Amino acid sequence: MSSEKLSYPRFQRASDHSLLVTFGERISRKHHRDVLQLFGLLQSAPNRATRNIHPAYSSVLISFNPLVTRPEKFDSYVRRLVDRLDDIEVSASRGVEIPVCYDKTLGPDLEFVAHHNGLTTDDVIRHHSSVEYLVYFIGFSPGFPYLGELPYQLRTPRLSTPRVIVPGGSVAIGGNQTGIYPIASPGGWRIIGRTPLKLFDPLRMPPTTLEIGDMVRFKPISVLHYQSLLGAVDKP
Amino acid sequence: MRTPSHPRASILAVSPGFLTTVQDLGRDHCAHWGISPSGAADPVSLRLGNLLVGNPQNAPALEMTLIGGSFRFEQPSIFALAGSDMGATLDNEEIPAWQSVRVRPGQTLRCGPMKSGARCYLCIAGGIVVQPVLSSASTHLLAALGGLSGRSLKAGDVLQCGAQRAEPPTKARAVNKRVLEIFFENGPIRVTAGPQGDLFSADSQLRFSTSTYTVKEESDRMGLRLKGPILRRVVDGDTTTEGISLGAIQVPPDGQPIILFVEHPTTGGYPKIANVISADLHRIGQLRPRDQINFEFVNHENAISLLKEQEDLLSPQHALQPVRQ
Repeated sequence: MSSEKLSYPRFQRASDHSLLVTFGERISRKHHRDVLQLFGLLQSAPNRATRNIHPAYSSVLISFNPLVTRPEKFDSYVRRLVDRLDDIEVSASRGVEIPVCYDKTLGPDLEFVAHHNGLTTDDVIRHHSSVEYLVYFIGFSPGFPYLGELPYQLRTPRLSTPRVIVPGGSVAIGGNQTGIYPIASPGGWRIIGRTPLKLFDPLRMPPTTLEIGDMVRFKPISVLHYQSLLGAVDKP
Repeated sequence: MRTPSHPRASILAVSPGFLTTVQDLGRDHCAHWGISPSGAADPVSLRLGNLLVGNPQNAPALEMTLIGGSFRFEQPSIFALAGSDMGATLDNEEIPAWQSVRVRPGQTLRCGPMKSGARCYLCIAGGIVVQPVLSSASTHLLAALGGLSGRSLKAGDVLQCGAQRAEPPTKARAVNKRVLEIFFENGPIRVTAGPQGDLFSADSQLRFSTSTYTVKEESDRMGLRLKGPILRRVVDGDTTTEGISLGAIQVPPDGQPIILFVEHPTTGGYPKIANVISADLHRIGQLRPRDQINFEFVNHENAISLLKEQEDLLSPQHALQPVRQ
């Protein structure tokens, strides 16, 4: 980073059709609150040019149609919202429990994560399911929650070559982050278990089980329990 | 062959082609669920095709990729092919692209490999009817949603079309050649500076805008991987994960840029050196593996005025002309 001190919030034209508002470079609960507030204001005071809102750790990217509202006018619309972030109450977090089967048949990297950190697989399960995680945002792929904070004992580097297909429902660790792959997709994180829940369904509204600002707790379940829940999910 | 009631057409996919999906102009307001817009890779061609058959510009159509498919029309209808030239025939007679064509029941449209470019749209009067998902018909292949259950076309699929407008175009119409030349000129792809442009050395920024890049085979609707001179950062490491704009050009640690396209991840942590301007995004949709491209930086004012010019040309009075019989 350049030596000149950057001032926040920072407004940047990321493209001719998007504006990036950055509240800081670090991942923190303070910036998460800023993001939640701006996201809420953008939805409660919508601009007809707005096309998509991308909340992230400490920034919000807003894409818009520059033929509907001139970029300068769109900038000032967003700046006005940022000036009154505290006008919006951040509602209490929703708690969501996610059942996870931590078994090596469903979590092929469970033993690696244990070995890498000098733990037993039971230790890994205990640590991973002992804390409450904040959903910082949903991003990357449909329904993928960025969760924090991973207990430091479980930090594990990503695979050097990502898997071509990670099964939907896989619970994984990547560096100091943890998350859930809601749908089958390529991925380089270490898979330690799987949830039978369908976390993404485009025919539901909202289509994702988890939303920005939720608090998640993982509940270890047995293979049998996993299979019975999976059967219940799959039944039409 | 006018019928008084303008029946709803249906078509049978005799063969699907290499990769054919139902697309409209995309799905907005879903990025906060991790869903990128998808939609036509070349929205300009889709809009022109829809103009030709008298559809709203957002009407769903079939996007064919690299090798077109074959389709049998079960009812009388009007269609147009917009995009790459695939040497199409109707019952073995050559038909022109960029022109509305009247079709009788039982006739078969056959499309072959694309002679240049990567995508062609089959637009049919009334549009393709599918169950909208999150307010759009467009197929998102990664998310497996929209279009035909989120998948590409298979042989034997039957596609229903919507009601044609009360007054379908009675005379054949074509897209103005001069307008096409403007839309698909061969010049450099124009870009604006990316949000992390300053993380790259001055040398690398210059290299990016003065070198030729080749589109790699591993390119799809999610992104186009490029091969060319390596772009180096002033400092290493990823930036904090943030939102990604359509057309963002990100640079992973290997220094080889990737253009993020219609099915892009909604967030990412690689720095972005530039972003393709809105008025050139449709040209990205016509790039195929091994194509060579150059980039040229423009400022935001230029980018917006180019977009406005494009929008003016997309009006029926500028884009269309009658076909001389």
